[in-house]
Amino acid sequence: MYNTAKQVGPPSSWPRACVKPTDVQNANYFHKVVDCQWACPAHTNVPEYIRLIAQGRYTDAYMLNRQSNVFPAILGRTCDRPCEPACRRGRLDGKPVAICRLKRVAADLRGEIAHLLPKIPNQKNGKRIACIGAGPASLTVANDLLPLGYQVTIFEKQDKPGGLMRSNIPAFRLPEAVLTEEIDIIVNLGAEIRYNSPIASMQALLNQGFDAIFVGSGAPRGKDLDIPGRHDTDRIHIGIDWLESIAFGHIDSIGERVLIIGVGNTAMDCCRSSRRLGGREIKVMARRPRPYFKASPWELDDAEEEGVEIVVNHAPKNFVIEGGTLKGMIFERLEWDGDARRSRTLDEIFLPADDVILAIGQENAFPWIERDTGIEFGKWDMPVVDDLTMQSTRPGVFFGGDSAFGPKNIIWAVEHGHQAAISIHDFCEGIPVTERPTYGMNLVSQKMGISEWSYHNDYNPVARQKMKHVDLVQRFENLNIEVELGFTAEQTAREVERCLNCDIETVFAAPRCIECDACVDVCPVQCLTIARNADELELRTRLSAPPLNLDQALFASEPLPQTTRVMLKDEDLCVHCGLCAERCPTAAWDMQKFDLLIPYAGAKACSSSCVPA
Amino acid sequence: MPSIVKPVATHPSLQRNELGLTIRDYEGSMSTLCAGCGHDSITAAIVRALWEVAMPPHMLAKMSGIGCSSKTPAYFVNGAHGFNSAHGRMPAITTGANAANRDVTYIGVSGDGDSLSIGIGHMCHAIRRNVRMVYIIENNGVYGLTKGQFSASADVGSKSKRGEPNQIPPIDPVLLALSIGATFVARSFSGDKEQLVPILKAALAHRGLSLIDVISPCVTFNDHSGSTKSYLHTRKHATTATEADFVPPASEILAHIAQNGVTTVTMHDGSVVRFRSVPESYDPSDRARVTAYLLEREKKREIVTGLLFIDESLPDLHEANKTSDVPLARLPFEKLCPGAATLDKLQEDFR
Repeated sequence: MYNTAKQVGPPSSWPRACVKPTDVQNANYFHKVVDCQWACPAHTNVPEYIRLIAQGRYTDAYMLNRQSNVFPAILGRTCDRPCEPACRRGRLDGKPVAICRLKRVAADLRGEIAHLLPKIPNQKNGKRIACIGAGPASLTVANDLLPLGYQVTIFEKQDKPGGLMRSNIPAFRLPEAVLTEEIDIIVNLGAEIRYNSPIASMQALLNQGFDAIFVGSGAPRGKDLDIPGRHDTDRIHIGIDWLESIAFGHIDSIGERVLIIGVGNTAMDCCRSSRRLGGREIKVMARRPRPYFKASPWELDDAEEEGVEIVVNHAPKNFVIEGGTLKGMIFERLEWDGDARRSRTLDEIFLPADDVILAIGQENAFPWIERDTGIEFGKWDMPVVDDLTMQSTRPGVFFGGDSAFGPKNIIWAVEHGHQAAISIHDFCEGIPVTERPTYGMNLVSQKMGISEWSYHNDYNPVARQKMKHVDLVQRFENLNIEVELGFTAEQTAREVERCLNCDIETVFAAPRCIECDACVDVCPVQCLTIARNADELELRTRLSAPPLNLDQALFASEPLPQTTRVMLKDEDLCVHCGLCAERCPTAAWDMQKFDLLIPYAGAKACSSSCVPA
Repeated sequence: MPSIVKPVATHPSLQRNELGLTIRDYEGSMSTLCAGCGHDSITAAIVRALWEVAMPPHMLAKMSGIGCSSKTPAYFVNGAHGFNSAHGRMPAITTGANAANRDVTYIGVSGDGDSLSIGIGHMCHAIRRNVRMVYIIENNGVYGLTKGQFSASADVGSKSKRGEPNQIPPIDPVLLALSIGATFVARSFSGDKEQLVPILKAALAHRGLSLIDVISPCVTFNDHSGSTKSYLHTRKHATTATEADFVPPASEILAHIAQNGVTTVTMHDGSVVRFRSVPESYDPSDRARVTAYLLEREKKREIVTGLLFIDESLPDLHEANKTSDVPLARLPFEKLCPGAATLDKLQEDFR
């Protein structure tokens, strides 16, 4: 019945024993079913906020977002979207739900939120926390600690807050007003930001008697490319420094012919910024073929839409400078083997250029941290940071964002901030920071009556909605014109219906099952099977449909009462339509809403509460 | 329940049969039967069997009468023909349809009420005539549509939902069919698709009428502890007489696979049904011994399942009546009704 050629064999190391019943009391099981939430570093409750948007409850959707990701409006425009490649919808019709764009809808259309923000106690708890750098990580720490009565002081070297969100993301992707508004929310909670205050010495800061220090200073150093000619002209720029100069108004033009070296997201921002500052003939030069680019596919699309040429298989060899003037660059043309590991040089080629921008990565730099403060540095001169507690080797000094483990993205910085805030609070309370609060869950049945469920379980086959852009003439008139227009009401209404409601979980109670096969027969994607128990390797071959994705869990029930066979569910492609529960005569299957309880600073461990099926 | 629609989403590895159709193309409307009804599982088995034999939907006619069972043709192969007849008249209507168009495959779906009470006479004569059709009795022992009264297949001692035992002896459609010359008799269980699907495929290839009695628990009125047609009781008491394996005509038949106790029967269309008798002495071609075996097992309250009897040698309705190879429905009118002069001439011959 199925094409077995596509079938992926499970690893041969699997133990050959009967599978144990799946432990669904562990919040991780159902959490992993919600692919987007599981993939999001901050575990944003995506399906719930999409439902809130569908109901027009934009403010509630915004606040739900804010709880976990703190900057919904900023992230709704700039997030790296780890949720989208994970989205189950993408495995069904090739295109994930436009989660990020929907987040922006909530932010754009929300109402007043001041009354919904956490209350800041007048009576402070007497603890003072220093944060270094006013980027997303530090701001999250402040956001989490201020409601607990902490005094948070943020030291920022620039005269405006935002860190890389401001300096590296061009205004045509993230309007300054949006950035400022969301940062102001945290400033208004009482965070004290000291501008123009670069920290020159960690020791000096330690001496100031803060109860804890959080380092959120980012990865501020762009990598250089030391090839001949690099230092013989002033027309070669370091990408992130160049973007920062634009953001702070120090640069407002560029030559007509621009070469961008590197093909990450910074390169995309550089080429598109060049286009707005006078660049006409812009080439992004990549060493490797397209499948190996670091830039997000949508950022590549946006750049190409603006007429930027992306050139593959070219390795920079040297700059060509004549009489102190940059003329261009020599590249080696490469030919790669099948998986782009080894290359062969075909020939060399000269490409003319008025300016070259280097966007080949970022590094951390901590020249201001004395090496005798108890903060150990390890490989690549990076601080040794625990990835759960975010604490350095010196108790009371924490790291987060790009400064902790190198360049990641905003949403990771936010999650680091949350975890660091938990640690800082515990540290100040004298609780060992290694005792992490546990995640919990709520499971609540969604059955309202016969054929009535409290969620919209229709599968809507509508295609992913395309974001509309400002037209190609108008958008270049000004550096600050936001290119993406946001979803229209109609687009929003269609896109929300693409969400499969993966958080409405299929919960199974084996003792009630009479093995009538109704669920197995009705499932549109054949994810259910009743079979004799065996080892997982064997069971995976007996499924109603072949398991295409072994990263997805296989649910196994307790032995069924009549035959001792087990109910199996391959979580891979379940569309959460609820037909199994609908056609179950004994309510052995139920659709229950999963709500992940995420611990934040000051909260006790989250305990699970489940309404029995 | 009518508001619930099956999502159009499908598993990416869904395969197509030789007609280019997926199994989803053999589905019908959403079932409005009670959740957990055995009939829905039988429907799923029919869908599977028709997809596997690549039945062209337009060459299929779904026939039924009245009852829960008779609703089920709406739940498979939306693109097929169909006739929902008066109560118990499904075999008669199918006989007529088959007489008129022998090229169409007929699946009659009936129940114990429709076939063993009001329609028993029609069923018996369709069996005797060996009308080429698959005759499925979805047998649950109760009248589900009228709230669970005993039907003619209820066992003596089986209790109603309120606790009263049945006292009237049942009609066993399998024994009845054997006694009136049926050429293909099988019994299965809605909860055992591994058995039911090959039986359905063999039935579709059979030369005459294939009677399949399928125990199909009524989850609403007859799935309790006193019932002898519940899921649990059937699972506890079912014994397998034969394990059948259907080999379509195009497949290579490897003789050396045949092991001890394996019989092969070549069907009318060249396909092969391979049997393994579970009691080694069981012979599905010996009508008298099959009958004796069933009676003996019935005394022990066992439910014998499998392809129980097959005789591929007996002629069907058309062969017995030497009708035209071209379906009557497709004969030109002049040929079908040659006119008064020809009739007069014919009558002259009898004088």
